[in-house]
Amino acid sequence: MSAPLLQVNDLKKHFPVRGGLFSRKSNWVYAVDGVSFEVERGETLSLVGESGCGKSTVGRAILRLFDITAGQVVLDGQRIDGLSPRNLLGMRRRVQVVFQDPFSSLNPRMRVRDILAEPIRNFGLAKSSAELEARVLALMDTVRLPRDVLDRRPHEFSGGQRQRIGIARALAAEPELIVCDEAVSALDVSVKAQIVNLLQDLQREFGLALLFISHDLAIVEHMTHRVAVMYLGKIVEMAPKQTIFSAPKHPYTRALLSAVPVPEPGATRSPTVLKGDVPSPINPPSGCRFHTRCPFVFDRCRTEEPEFRLAGDGEWVACHLDALPELPGPPGDPRPVPPNSTPVE
Amino acid sequence: MALLEVQNLQTHFRTPEGINRAVDGVSFHVDEGETLAIVGESGCGKSVTSMSLMRLIPEPPGKIAGSIRFQDKDLLQLSEHEMRAIRGNDISMIFQEPMTSLNPVLTVGRQIGETLRMHQGLDKQAALARAIEMLTLVGIPEPARRVREYPHQLSGGMRQRVMIAMALACNPKLLIADEPTTALDVTIQAQILRLMLDLKRRVGAAIVLITHDLGVVAEIAERVMVMYAGRKVEEAPVAELFRSPRHPYTQGLLGAVPKLGSSLSGAARRLAEIPGQVPSLKKRIDGCVFAGRCALATDLCREVAPGLEQKAPRHIVACHYAPRGAAAA
Repeated sequence: MSAPLLQVNDLKKHFPVRGGLFSRKSNWVYAVDGVSFEVERGETLSLVGESGCGKSTVGRAILRLFDITAGQVVLDGQRIDGLSPRNLLGMRRRVQVVFQDPFSSLNPRMRVRDILAEPIRNFGLAKSSAELEARVLALMDTVRLPRDVLDRRPHEFSGGQRQRIGIARALAAEPELIVCDEAVSALDVSVKAQIVNLLQDLQREFGLALLFISHDLAIVEHMTHRVAVMYLGKIVEMAPKQTIFSAPKHPYTRALLSAVPVPEPGATRSPTVLKGDVPSPINPPSGCRFHTRCPFVFDRCRTEEPEFRLAGDGEWVACHLDALPELPGPPGDPRPVPPNSTPVE
Repeated sequence: MALLEVQNLQTHFRTPEGINRAVDGVSFHVDEGETLAIVGESGCGKSVTSMSLMRLIPEPPGKIAGSIRFQDKDLLQLSEHEMRAIRGNDISMIFQEPMTSLNPVLTVGRQIGETLRMHQGLDKQAALARAIEMLTLVGIPEPARRVREYPHQLSGGMRQRVMIAMALACNPKLLIADEPTTALDVTIQAQILRLMLDLKRRVGAAIVLITHDLGVVAEIAERVMVMYAGRKVEEAPVAELFRSPRHPYTQGLLGAVPKLGSSLSGAARRLAEIPGQVPSLKKRIDGCVFAGRCALATDLCREVAPGLEQKAPRHIVACHYAPRGAAAA
């Protein structure tokens, strides 16, 4: 088997926090603190986790939107974390991004035509202006936007249409990997479904790999191949989706999954409600970072950091426990039972 | 007798491009102690409806018409002074964004105490004591210390707990929650939803929950009203609505949401799309508001707006072609 398209080894990104009048660097935010994973060609890997877990920072580090603190980012066998700006150009063509907010990620002064033509020109993908025009038109068809809106500016479009423009712009560079940073999170339900379907079609059509960064677990399950769950700058569990959604091995993954409300009234589920909030990434807890909220915490967790180990077929987990204990049902589930609900088979 | 009875609510805004009919003739009721969810996508008028109930729409440019009867009083006929006695006392509200709806320069104790001092005439000491009691009730650790802190010192989940404490301080009859968990992470959302249900049982308030998240609806609502483009298109008890939605829009909405566990059933189906987008509210729509996106639309739909009809017990739908009769379970 050939090398994976993207390989991330022990990636770290620490941001300085300036404190005090003389702006000395007094502290560090350990936004990403040792993350390793691979993305194969044509595959979707999802990074999930709550706000502040570092999932977006990982995405931005891969895009080289800033320099990383430590670790390696390898694209198709070549390290890209230390490349000079000149040498980065080729890599930038191969890795593109779609951001969350289609309102702030498109230049309001540019016409759609120019937004789409810019990457084609920058990377020298069209030899003549006729070819450029043809490519721009083809992109509009690909993302299913009408051709006659090419001369409009972003404010004339709805959120879903803007996201289509953002996707077309990413595709213009003919990338192999697209980082989707909460790309559908800001959209309404019906429009979200349109964009999710579009992304899946494009993946099939162009063999794209997607790094799908999201907090929406139902959408992730619908469209991903593998999932990596992050908590406070580390991956706590990584596995193929069937495994992770049916039998999560890390207590945080289990709590996260059980917290998602199911659109099915009267559905039987026993939510593990986690106590408290996510600790600050400035002073992360010692040992296992999840130990302050974990229902199964024991002494070893407080002092010794669990190793990120292979726990099954393609399953990685960072937990001292080999198997999760069963939870006792919550005392008195406060959810009302609708009067005329039928039991769920 | 219903606690709240809204008849033909119309909230319009005057804009340079014409009149925006944000809410266009919506009627519904809420019984005592009941949880009604109002569901819809951005721009369907669900938030404007909730703001109208509290008379928080600035007039002009807004204009509210119709009637909102709450405990035999028409809120729209009250003076601003009488309305102030109701807001925060009989009817209170939780907003989506706890950071912008709390006052950053006042301690949380002062903000919770303010409603108590205004509506119940408590003195400073008593209000503070009750504020600590409320913070305990909503599960904030170390309430005696937290009561002296400012909003920026609290996390998002704690701020939302403070909002809830504030809203429930005067034991309201009706709580309006406008996207109360949308800005929160899922594990915190689970905490807040659990808290709301728990408190509802203890305090006995009716809840109007405004949300776009069908998972949250299934979790805590008893009855659901679906809005689209400023109008009510369907209303039913929650189990009935999810089991047999009858309006094509509701059906589309439910089909567009992936369910957790979809990978286990092995059915890697495509998400259902609703083609197109919500129509502009600035143009008058004569026919059905959904006709432009509906696969079943006919000339009748485009010309005549369907009235709300009872198609099954407690199940009301605005569609010419919605099936009639009890649901096949």
